[in-house]
Amino acid sequence: MNIPDVWLLTLIIFVPSLFALLVLLIPRGQEEWMRWTALFGTLLTLVLTLFLLIDYLNLQDHYGTAHRDRALLGARADEDLLLAATHQPARSDDLIVRIPWIERFHIEYFLGVDGISMSLVLLTSVVSFLAMIASWNIERYVKGYCVLFLILETGMLGTFLALDLFLFYIFWEVMLLPMYFLIGIWGGPRREYAAIKFFLYTLLGSVLILLAILGFYFTDLRPLAEYFKTHPQAQQEAQVLDRLVQRARGAAVNTFDILLLHKVGRESARLEALYQEAKSSAEKTPSVENQKKLEEVSALRQKYQLFSRDFQVIMFILLFIGFAIKVPVFPFHTWLPDAHVEAPTPISMILAGILLKMGGYGLLRIAYPICPWAAYELAWWLGLFGVINIVYGAFAAMAQSDFKKLVAYSSISHMGYVVLGIAVWTGLDRFQYWSWGMNGAMYQMLAHGITSAGMFFLVGVIYDRVHHRDLNALGGLNNSMPLYSGLSAVIFFGAMGLPGLCGFVGEFFTVLGTWNFDRVYAFLAAMTVVVTAGYILWTIQRVYLGNNPRYEGLPEIDARELTVAIPLVVLTVVLGVWPPLVLEWMEPSVTGLVRQLAAAVAIP
Amino acid sequence: MWAFIDKTYADRLAETLVIDLAAFAPELLLCLGIVLVMILRMFRGLARIHYGIVGLVVLALAMALAWTQWQGDFAAPQLYAGGLFSGLIAYDYYTLFFRLLIPLASILVLALVLVTGVPPREDSADFVLLLLGATLGMVLMTSAQHLLMVYIAVEMASLPSYGLAGFLKEKRESSEASLKYVVYGGAASGVMLYGISLLAGRFGTAYLPELANAFSAAVLARGTVDHLLLLATLLILIGMAFKLAAVPFHFWCPDVFEGASAEVAAFLSVASKGAALGLVGRFALSFMGGYPGASPLMWNLDHWRAMLPYLGPALALLAALTATFGNLAAYAQTNLKRLLAYSTIAHAGYMLMAVAPLTREGLEAMLFYLIVYVFMNMGAFAVVAFIRNHIGSEDLKDYSGLASRAPLLAIVMGIFLLSLVGVPPLFGFVAKYQVFAALYDGWATYQQPGLLALLVIGLLNTVLSLFYYVKVLKVMVLESPPEGQAGLLPVPLHQVWYASLLAAVVGFGMLAWNPLATGTQQGASSFPPLKASQKPIVLRP
Repeated sequence: MNIPDVWLLTLIIFVPSLFALLVLLIPRGQEEWMRWTALFGTLLTLVLTLFLLIDYLNLQDHYGTAHRDRALLGARADEDLLLAATHQPARSDDLIVRIPWIERFHIEYFLGVDGISMSLVLLTSVVSFLAMIASWNIERYVKGYCVLFLILETGMLGTFLALDLFLFYIFWEVMLLPMYFLIGIWGGPRREYAAIKFFLYTLLGSVLILLAILGFYFTDLRPLAEYFKTHPQAQQEAQVLDRLVQRARGAAVNTFDILLLHKVGRESARLEALYQEAKSSAEKTPSVENQKKLEEVSALRQKYQLFSRDFQVIMFILLFIGFAIKVPVFPFHTWLPDAHVEAPTPISMILAGILLKMGGYGLLRIAYPICPWAAYELAWWLGLFGVINIVYGAFAAMAQSDFKKLVAYSSISHMGYVVLGIAVWTGLDRFQYWSWGMNGAMYQMLAHGITSAGMFFLVGVIYDRVHHRDLNALGGLNNSMPLYSGLSAVIFFGAMGLPGLCGFVGEFFTVLGTWNFDRVYAFLAAMTVVVTAGYILWTIQRVYLGNNPRYEGLPEIDARELTVAIPLVVLTVVLGVWPPLVLEWMEPSVTGLVRQLAAAVAIP
Repeated sequence: MWAFIDKTYADRLAETLVIDLAAFAPELLLCLGIVLVMILRMFRGLARIHYGIVGLVVLALAMALAWTQWQGDFAAPQLYAGGLFSGLIAYDYYTLFFRLLIPLASILVLALVLVTGVPPREDSADFVLLLLGATLGMVLMTSAQHLLMVYIAVEMASLPSYGLAGFLKEKRESSEASLKYVVYGGAASGVMLYGISLLAGRFGTAYLPELANAFSAAVLARGTVDHLLLLATLLILIGMAFKLAAVPFHFWCPDVFEGASAEVAAFLSVASKGAALGLVGRFALSFMGGYPGASPLMWNLDHWRAMLPYLGPALALLAALTATFGNLAAYAQTNLKRLLAYSTIAHAGYMLMAVAPLTREGLEAMLFYLIVYVFMNMGAFAVVAFIRNHIGSEDLKDYSGLASRAPLLAIVMGIFLLSLVGVPPLFGFVAKYQVFAALYDGWATYQQPGLLALLVIGLLNTVLSLFYYVKVLKVMVLESPPEGQAGLLPVPLHQVWYASLLAAVVGFGMLAWNPLATGTQQGASSFPPLKASQKPIVLRP
């Protein structure tokens, strides 16, 4: 496409907000117009993200497999910065946008796309579009609903595209308010409780994230510039840092630039690894030579390690809790069943389909690369959190009699695979296992985004007809709604992880990666599939099979509902049958990230 | 005895009088305005004009004058070094900042008065008179550089405020509020004056820069602060804490706000608090060696190191108590003005937090916070005033279902309240962020664990404050209106405009962050930036 990336990325983020303004202008009583305007806004965003995907594919072709590393986000951002340093116009097709915003605090309007964010942006715009169609039966305060919905979409897209920590934080928080009202006004009977609980949990989490952000920002990067100068292979990094030092004119160099902070984190981890290695060898064989090496390394570490081990661990824990609340990770999950159950159907779709992914994305994009050493040290614990999530979520789901609550707990279980897949950090010599885990986690996020949105929608369809969600009182729907039941079966099996459907791929990769990390974890994660199959099959049995005279004559799924369900079903099948469709462009970014991180803590 | 009364004092005063008076022009204009209102009301024919308009014009002119002063560079810094009128008043960007900010707050209050019609036109002359007088006193508070001047300015700001609090003559609560305010205020002034006399008596000067020198020299010489100095500083701080309604000197605040009209409460919460913070900021930073004309060479590291262990923790403790208590107490309130009173107490706490690191960066954050605070707090009080006009109540329970009765006012109120919580992307978040950033910066630079603790307290307070702000929102949006009162409220257009304008500032203020940050940076420029490897010396207990 010939749209410059500045405009493309900006439009993707702000088109929903623009349409929110348009909806505001529509006079009272024209509800149908408001819905169509909002739908058109989400559709336009979807089209723009497809343009973005084409641009991204072109960009990947441009670099080819030979220059794979130069296609990585960090390398492209460096190139962009160096172009600016020589007063050349920035490239309009590198999908990096960097415009200074608040000079006093070095805040930039800094956006960028790689395989990781591309896939989630795509997921966001697809699910938002479908959720808007699913919103047609919202009758109260349609204007407010559409406006809040569209602002929510802006927040989500911005979060996935922002590469400036401050900008990221703003978008991250922008979603809070619309979500509060969307649950609080249009939700079920206990909506007020659910809404305020969601608000409080998330605000608490984001306050912790803010603290970590302050910590990163107030680290003076000048020593790093010197450090890079001593490294012949880090020419580009040295140039980039040099430029920042010059621009600061003798003052401290502080930054919110996520990619620059990645570099700081990696170099700090590298020094820590060197130090730990020297220390252990000095302890093992206390020779003069080893002692001298230890002193040398420790002097180097003293001087250049900006994020010390303790700093990394503290910051990582802050970030982890912040993101874990969103994922949600046990024991920070208790807001989720309430919020999901009380939220109206389309908002449940968004919550499960996209909002939970932001936690995973935050771990991948911010917590891990900025504090790699902490992540490396805490890997076992993180994995434990993942496994607890998987097992706990599955058993809790089994115990539910409320259909929506069951789906909510199954979300917790499935997001556990994401945490586990991210956590399985195996050393550099075996880093491909970790990259399986990471890719599995990313794929699981997409698959779960599709199937959980689908499941919540399908539950909503029944609820609209029978006005309750009690699993024990349902049954026999297959007789009255065969088409609906068929579609449901596909989505539920997809969530269960049936081979050939999308849920299988992510779980399989994750478990494979885990096997080489910790066999007990892998065993538990794999065995939980049985429990998952148990509750999903039991659910299908209770809801769709059998005979139930009460629900004989229920109307079949209608055309509007089909428009939502069919794309989700198709995606469930396609992503299950042909994973390369996504992996082809997502995998290089994920693997590149894994390679960089694994190399950082490996002893050269 | 007074350091500035030497034999050349009269000569110096005569030499610089013209220059000083020119630099004092905005305040002189306010004085003229006061006299003008007094003269105008003698003419019967003018009885029908609303004096609010006169007030608006005077304040706008004063702001314009201050703005030209801000724009004009300080061509000869030595001209104003040490201050105007032989040092009684400091003339720097900090002074100018408040010469702009406080009249701005007063303008917003007067506009609100014009929009709501409380007090009515017949009483407008008295109201404007008191308001202008208070504004003048408040501006002087922030520029006073001599403890005597501090005292005079505080009194000058307080006396009209007592009158304003009791302005609703027919309302008993209003008179009660006024009386309470007078009693508390009088006691606090007395305490402060006593502290001033102790300090001045000890060091033979009340001129802040000299006092700071002598003070830190005494501290450094003895290695500790003696009881007299401790008592004196404490008493002065108590006086200021009273003006600020800092916990535990806040008791007057909710009662006064509840009794006074919402318009007056808005004025007291915004302008009066701003002035008190300006005073605390200048007072505290003077001890760190910050005063106009002080060249970087004169920023005495010893002052800094001697004072930080005393002033810092005191301010930090006050800030932490104020913010936490304000937020906790607000939750139990059922009257919206009382709730907002506790909210303003909490916000005073946040702003004090910014002063606690005793750095230029901290004051910058405080100045920025004040700008934002003027708009968001004024907005919240304005909505309360509008709704009182329509339903005659300020009780939270009468706000139920407001979103369906006055959708615009409810939305706008939501924006103000959420900005007060500090939710991005609203303006309040930017202000809070800067305070937290200053605290973190202070901690990272000096490794003072207290500052980190203060930061964590601030962050937790943000979460805590969510409870009661959202409680208001919940009542307005999620509850249904009381029986038989479901109809739309007839909100007049000028009220809609007033509220929407303020809401627009609060909603989109972030876009103006850059210029405002430059402005506040300049505003705090006479105070020393203290960076890198300067650690306070550890003194003997």
